[in-house]
Amino acid sequence: MTLAAAPLSSLRLQEIPNQTYQAAPDRFDASWADPLSTLLGLGRAAGADFIEFFLERTNFISCLAEDDAITSISPRLTTGAGVRVFKGKADCYVSTNDVSFHGLKAALEKGLSIMGLLLPATSAYVPEVTLEMFRDYGATKENWLVNCSSMQVMGDVLLGANASVEKVAKHLQARRTNYFRDWQEVLVASSDGTFARDIRLTQSVGTNVLCADGDHRSSIGQRLGNTSDPSFLTAWDYGTTAEELAESSGKMLYADYVESGTYPIIMANHFGGVIFHEACGHLLETTQIERGTTPFIDKKGEKIAHESLTAWDEGRSNESFGTIDMDDEGMPAQRTLLIENGVLKNFLSDRAGAVRTGHPRTGSGRRQNYTFSAASRMRNTYIDAGDHSLDDLFASVDRGIYCKKMGGGSVGATGQFNFAVDEAYLVENGKITRPLKGATLIGEAVDIMQKISMCSQDLSLAPGFCGSISGSVYVTVGQPHIKVDSITVGGR
Amino acid sequence: MSKVIEISANAQTIAQRLGITKYDIYGATTDSTSVQVDKGEPKQVKASNRASVTVRVWNDQGRLGVTSTTDVDERGLELALKTASEASAFGATENIPDFSPEATAPLPDVDVALADPAPVGTLIEQLVKAEQALLNAHDAIAAVPYNGIAQSAVEHFYVNSAGAQRSEERTSASVYLYTKTEQEGRKPRSGHAVRIGVGSDNLDIDGCLQEATDKTLSHLDYKKIESGKYRVVFSPEAFLSLVSAFGNLYNAQSVLDKRSLSTAESLTTAVASPLLSVYDDALHPGNISPETFDGEGTPTRRLPIIEKGVLTNFLHSAGTAKRMGAQPTGHASIGAKVSVGSNFLHITQGDAAAASYALETADNVILIDDLQALHAGVNALQGSFSLPFDGWLVNKGDRTSIESATVAGDFRQLLQSIIYVSPDEKVTSSGVAPHVWVDDLSITGE
Repeated sequence: MTLAAAPLSSLRLQEIPNQTYQAAPDRFDASWADPLSTLLGLGRAAGADFIEFFLERTNFISCLAEDDAITSISPRLTTGAGVRVFKGKADCYVSTNDVSFHGLKAALEKGLSIMGLLLPATSAYVPEVTLEMFRDYGATKENWLVNCSSMQVMGDVLLGANASVEKVAKHLQARRTNYFRDWQEVLVASSDGTFARDIRLTQSVGTNVLCADGDHRSSIGQRLGNTSDPSFLTAWDYGTTAEELAESSGKMLYADYVESGTYPIIMANHFGGVIFHEACGHLLETTQIERGTTPFIDKKGEKIAHESLTAWDEGRSNESFGTIDMDDEGMPAQRTLLIENGVLKNFLSDRAGAVRTGHPRTGSGRRQNYTFSAASRMRNTYIDAGDHSLDDLFASVDRGIYCKKMGGGSVGATGQFNFAVDEAYLVENGKITRPLKGATLIGEAVDIMQKISMCSQDLSLAPGFCGSISGSVYVTVGQPHIKVDSITVGGR
Repeated sequence: MSKVIEISANAQTIAQRLGITKYDIYGATTDSTSVQVDKGEPKQVKASNRASVTVRVWNDQGRLGVTSTTDVDERGLELALKTASEASAFGATENIPDFSPEATAPLPDVDVALADPAPVGTLIEQLVKAEQALLNAHDAIAAVPYNGIAQSAVEHFYVNSAGAQRSEERTSASVYLYTKTEQEGRKPRSGHAVRIGVGSDNLDIDGCLQEATDKTLSHLDYKKIESGKYRVVFSPEAFLSLVSAFGNLYNAQSVLDKRSLSTAESLTTAVASPLLSVYDDALHPGNISPETFDGEGTPTRRLPIIEKGVLTNFLHSAGTAKRMGAQPTGHASIGAKVSVGSNFLHITQGDAAAASYALETADNVILIDDLQALHAGVNALQGSFSLPFDGWLVNKGDRTSIESATVAGDFRQLLQSIIYVSPDEKVTSSGVAPHVWVDDLSITGE
């Protein structure tokens, strides 16, 4: 690469190691502009098409109560950074714990070297990259961490929850309540001028009960999640959680195993939305287009689902579990219409997806932490409410299964999906008749989307953890009650 | 000074300065590289150099606090020790973990080879060749959407304020190939294979290629299967994943937490067919990265778990061993609540079988190659499972790929229903196992 006459803000390469920067060691703020713009300029001078720095600091704590004792309080502190270097459509990602100027420079140089890019001569001028005015989504969130529950309060609430369960559940063998608080500060600076910071606060609390009576066993859990409310834990109504768990575990304790076969099903709202997440949402990520592993690759504008189905993925759904103000590439969150009345409208795209597939970025570049490069991922994803009442749905089923509480699931590279049902009931002549356990729903994404024929009006969202190419990220799934005309149910 | 010694020395100095008299630290430093390719071109290269440590601090009342950190310079270690010290005020008052009585015991002498990292260019070249070979193997193979070669060097260590100091280095590499087919009027199919080695130089890439090719082609012609009860043969990988998923059966911490399919009284009882034996053996010659000590510094070892169907031992940490009157077994991971897990399972024949079976002569059996979605389809507390799988219907050696199906059952019943454990043990990345034959499992097809 030939360098032009040096602008005023240029350094000679040989001068860079001797520079001293005043970047704040304990927070990411505008003082990081100077070192990062120098390093971004260094990457550009070496011939990279695009360079991005992602800096992260986390303060995580988890607390576990088992029966009547706190058995674990585990804080975890993390600092790290990743640098991503693009040359054409190929990229390299280098991560490090060393966020000093020299640590970041070493990571950058390693990335450049891997991409076969050479630093210019030591006498060459390195123009700095001009960064945008510091975009600080964290400015109003500075007190979030200190306003969260103390260790003492965590312990009190969790023990209170376990005590509530003991009061209302029968045949209890074990009670377990856990809570975590994940505070994260991120800074993104890239060679297109992006310079943005955010603070995120994600909390979740869950209770699991194990009941046993002879050879009969049932294990039921319930989890809540929140972003951005420091008082989330103390506001938790654990008495209601305990009652709901007691009811479910009591019914499932003596449930029969489901008989395998093909059934119409009614899937509950809330975490029932995992069906759309697994069966369709993942297949609308541009990472799937890059790999050629989605059947929807060339279906934009075409009908891919039943006309009753409209679905969204949005960055901000109040305080829902997948809410972000900006993605991990510094792009403001957007609301993305995925499917409208059965027609595919948009894919979820990150920077690499835009480069490799041409689909515009949607603020969906997400990662678990600094050790992963960002990838197109879901945020708050849900099927929109429909026109039917819940009674309409049940009345349409002669013999089927009501899937009240879903477990996890997955989708494979060939579009086959599966997920477990934690709490199910047989439906006969429109009425729930008896509890069933051991059901797994399996099918093909292309088929199932055409079979979601009825949506009720009771849209509800639920927290989830989504594992994929860029690690585990917090997401929301959601839907109203829906009817699937037929699906294969694995059982005994 | 190596990073580990530096961390250890810094921790000691800082602990003294903070007045902390009892602590221990487990940590690791990792240097890793991975590559993936797409249609003959490098797609993404990842490299990382990072460290993490977990510190445990006991306060004056003997209560324990823990903190993990990736910031292992002096400032980061000091913050971690301070935070752990603060957390100790809220630590458990009963069954508090302590140093392992074996934290200074001699370590097993293991001959371990280490490999130098290969240049990234070499890894990409190897992977591009492999991808091309797969694409050339059959017209139906349209892509290798998931592929990768990875190499890593890890140094892990354990130190405590009573003088224990252990560390060891290991290197490993892996290659992974996952195909996808496209044929007019047919559903996409796939096949995958993985190989591991000490370094990228000794990876069996050709073997990985051949296995991925063979599996893919074997799934091109597929059929639905009728739902019902079948005799099922689990591949070594599939059976290992199932035994691991129900690890609470032999996990002492789970037993103490009342979250196990076993109780303390289950020891010495028959939990499986006498044809089956299960060991955990971190030091097995097939384990390319054998760790000689666990997160509490306890030496690892070969431990009988099930011998000829009888439950013989639980996996223990120092704390569970103390509570159950046993010895620690080298299966602990450090934390505020120490967790217990297997290292490297070795599943093998128990009693001699009255009859032997072979796929070449068997009628209407299902060979399960790979179990999927274990995170969702296993209810380890109930003992039940309902899992999608890749596999074939086998008749006298002829294999017909099964389009889409699940296998369901009760794990304890499955263990009792084993009718044959073959002698053909296979070394995998997670352990060693043979093919295991089980009667009367529910299969849902159509």
